[in-house]
Amino acid sequence: MTIDTGTLWFVIIALGIGSFALRFAFTGFVGDREMPAWLLRHLRYTAVAILPALVAPQVLWPAATGGQLDPARMAAAAVTLAVGIMTKNVLGAIIAGAATLYGMLWLLN
Amino acid sequence: MAITTTKSAYRKGLVDAAPFILVIIPFSSLFGILATEAGLSVFETLAFSVVVIAGAAQFTALQLMQEHAPTAIVLASALAVNLRMAMYSASLTPYIGAAPLWQRALAAYLTVDQSYVCSMAQYEKQPDMTIPQRMSYFFGCVTPIVPLWYLFTLVGAVVGAQIPESWALDFALPITFLAMIAPMFRTPAHVVAAIVASVAALLTASVPYSLGLILAGMAGMMAGARTEVWLERRAGVAP
Repeated sequence: MTIDTGTLWFVIIALGIGSFALRFAFTGFVGDREMPAWLLRHLRYTAVAILPALVAPQVLWPAATGGQLDPARMAAAAVTLAVGIMTKNVLGAIIAGAATLYGMLWLLN
Repeated sequence: MAITTTKSAYRKGLVDAAPFILVIIPFSSLFGILATEAGLSVFETLAFSVVVIAGAAQFTALQLMQEHAPTAIVLASALAVNLRMAMYSASLTPYIGAAPLWQRALAAYLTVDQSYVCSMAQYEKQPDMTIPQRMSYFFGCVTPIVPLWYLFTLVGAVVGAQIPESWALDFALPITFLAMIAPMFRTPAHVVAAIVASVAALLTASVPYSLGLILAGMAGMMAGARTEVWLERRAGVAP
């Protein structure tokens, strides 16, 4: 069960260096050098691709319900997205989403 | 409200990233609790969060170490979970690549999901920001996030108390991310990228080491880029 102290520190330091390398890979080594147009075209969609991909499984199969579909969480996600797209107001979308989540959780339980 | 000075950029970043506090506190205190339960000392637990600052990768490494997986596997798996950081780095480069090296190094250490999405949303919304304004904004976004990441790792490790599950703070992360992304859907290509990436993420959910996320992200980026080219061509052909 217990984790060996030497192994632990090796993992902490190696993971720290590795994570920094991943984060520094482009901002650090490419810097202000011109990147090819095709690459820039793909990079324009990084945020709108990765973050929805990160969120989608958590919306459909939330860990909190043991991976079961949860109407409250699905509704909250849909409302957040809809309000965000319509109003372009981040805080408004968060509040609308949270209100939906708590409202639905209260109604359903 | 448009940013006009580096100081106002810092303040705006700080305010814009504030909702993420709801995500950071439960997530980091949970790490503190699980790490001390796994036998780590308070100092080791805090060091883990300070050196690595990457929630999902930390949880992965911790779990694999508890299962006595070989160290190479622990590192490879946790870094795979963190692979998206390289994609964030690449997409930040056109915006902050010209900043001084020390600032880029500091920003690299501080690149997490929240600081990335917050900054990108602002950079895209206001393309005429200067490099110093962009860096100030980035560091503003980091201010309500990273110190709390350290602090609540410590609180979790020392106090060991969890926020009750009935508060449903597990869903603070999807809600804050969706709210940040929604205003970024400026063109049909952005929408296509998000839909393709989401569907791909669901289809690849069983791929180990979070590599499904990378595949899904790449699929979404390619779909967005293809759509952009196609839309441009169509606009070019039209009278």
